[in-house]
Amino acid sequence: MHVRLLDIAHARSGDKGDTANVGVIALKPEWYAVLEQYLTADVVAKHYQGQLTGKVERFELPNLGAVNFLLHGALDGGGTLSLKTDAQGKVYSTSVLRLVLDVPDDIASAAGLPRAPGA
Amino acid sequence: MSDSSSSDRVVRVASGQGFWGDWLEAPRRQVEGGPVDYLMLDYLAEVTMSIVQKQKERDPNMGYARDFIGAMESVFPAVADRGVKVIANAGGVNPVACAHAVLAAADKAGVRGKLKLGVVTGDDLLPRLDELLAAGHELKHMETGEPLSTVRDRVLSANAYIGSTPIVEALQRGANVVITGRSTDTALTMAPLRYEFGWAADDWDKMASGIIAGHILECGAQASGGNCLHEWRDIPDLANVGYPIAEARADGTFVITKHPNTGGRVSVPGVTEQLVYEMGDPHAYITPDVVADFTSIRLQADGENRVRVHGITGGPATPFLKVSIAYRAGYKAVGTLVYSWPDAMEKAELADRVLRERLHNLGLSFDHILTEFVGVSSTHGSLAGSAGDVPEVQLRIGVRGPDRAAVERFTRELAPLVLNGPPSVTGFAGGRPKVEEIVAYWPALIDKRAVSTHVDILE
Repeated sequence: MHVRLLDIAHARSGDKGDTANVGVIALKPEWYAVLEQYLTADVVAKHYQGQLTGKVERFELPNLGAVNFLLHGALDGGGTLSLKTDAQGKVYSTSVLRLVLDVPDDIASAAGLPRAPGA
Repeated sequence: MSDSSSSDRVVRVASGQGFWGDWLEAPRRQVEGGPVDYLMLDYLAEVTMSIVQKQKERDPNMGYARDFIGAMESVFPAVADRGVKVIANAGGVNPVACAHAVLAAADKAGVRGKLKLGVVTGDDLLPRLDELLAAGHELKHMETGEPLSTVRDRVLSANAYIGSTPIVEALQRGANVVITGRSTDTALTMAPLRYEFGWAADDWDKMASGIIAGHILECGAQASGGNCLHEWRDIPDLANVGYPIAEARADGTFVITKHPNTGGRVSVPGVTEQLVYEMGDPHAYITPDVVADFTSIRLQADGENRVRVHGITGGPATPFLKVSIAYRAGYKAVGTLVYSWPDAMEKAELADRVLRERLHNLGLSFDHILTEFVGVSSTHGSLAGSAGDVPEVQLRIGVRGPDRAAVERFTRELAPLVLNGPPSVTGFAGGRPKVEEIVAYWPALIDKRAVSTHVDILE
């Protein structure tokens, strides 16, 4: 089943040099396991394909129901060097939520995940 | 301090400023809206140090966050008469000048006799830079590994991020206003807790608790409903947003809240958003005082607009301090034009191609040219998909490079497009783009033993 990240998580992002950090937080505690299992570094790297010059790292925070991503080379040099509107990575928090996860039907229905519209 | 052993005693640290440029009303509202013991004001971002360094070069009496003087004026009654103490890293590269400006303002307000200023110095490494390099401190770039010698002649400022110890010392010596230079943002909150509760410097869990309280408070209202994505429509009365307050206890636990009768919202999801803001490896949040473990944090709703934070653990600090070095790195300019329906995007794309061809024909070269289409793809890039025939789009083009003349020439190529480029273009009222010198940031590490801080008390 296709599940939009927008429907199961919220997020905040920021910067450290040329790296954007994106913290993705499950909207319900029981949905954290879905993020942990399916929102992998590879899935996020594929989502941002062509937009990063570096790799994607992932860290788990089960205590906060969150996963933290570091998107290296996301900010056109970062800080004052960057020519981007979003030079400080403030709204990577929203572009990540465009992601659509592919979750097996039984797991999705057991967790009560909302189905992506049109999916 | 007499009842520091009581587990019921609460120390309230109020966040009044999350960066230089934050809401001018916030400091006064924090000291007037309810009981607080400390007002914490964070003024410094990475880029700020180079700005204040340039100001100090022009005028040796400048080089600090000038907003702080107005903030102090707005809270003088609370500091002078109600015992509220202020901790701020407003000193920039000139904490002594900042302190004298506060004293002058206090003179005018008739409260000078009630102020005791603790001034923390020693973070400024610029005067010692060649001595440090000669002594073998390479100050390599933390990410690229390059030695600082590659940009040494372009360095504008160099400051070590210092921790809570000198702030604690200032408080112990009776200061009711502590002004630092490049203290870490988090130390501004942790230091008063360490002082009030008498926490040992190697009580890592307590140190980590104070640092995490600091991380939650350091961005002002971002912990109390500002820039909060979670159920944002339901966040009440942002016009009167209450900035966050940490109510801390001796055992290292604390509650994040805000004053009654203020707007905004303190909630578990909102505090969680702030916790993950600018986070790297959550197991190792490195500060000069302690390495805090964000995976230990427990959050619990504790009534309306109250979030209890507990369970925090930490480990020994590293032998290094981070150094923030700013250096001149060329020039940049960004210009915009607005194209309207029909076919706004197609017109903007054509204008971009025309401009790039002209830059090429002029023989101008840049390290980088970036084109964005605001309203279509500037924030989400290709993820935004096709927007269809949008009502309007802002073409935004930026260039950067080492040659100021080339960047200057670029700024002259935008306006002509209004008359000699694709049609339906407007929005050039702002005039030519401004050429800016780029001051880039060079993060490095230094052996702690190479940096010593000092505290002076001014009355």
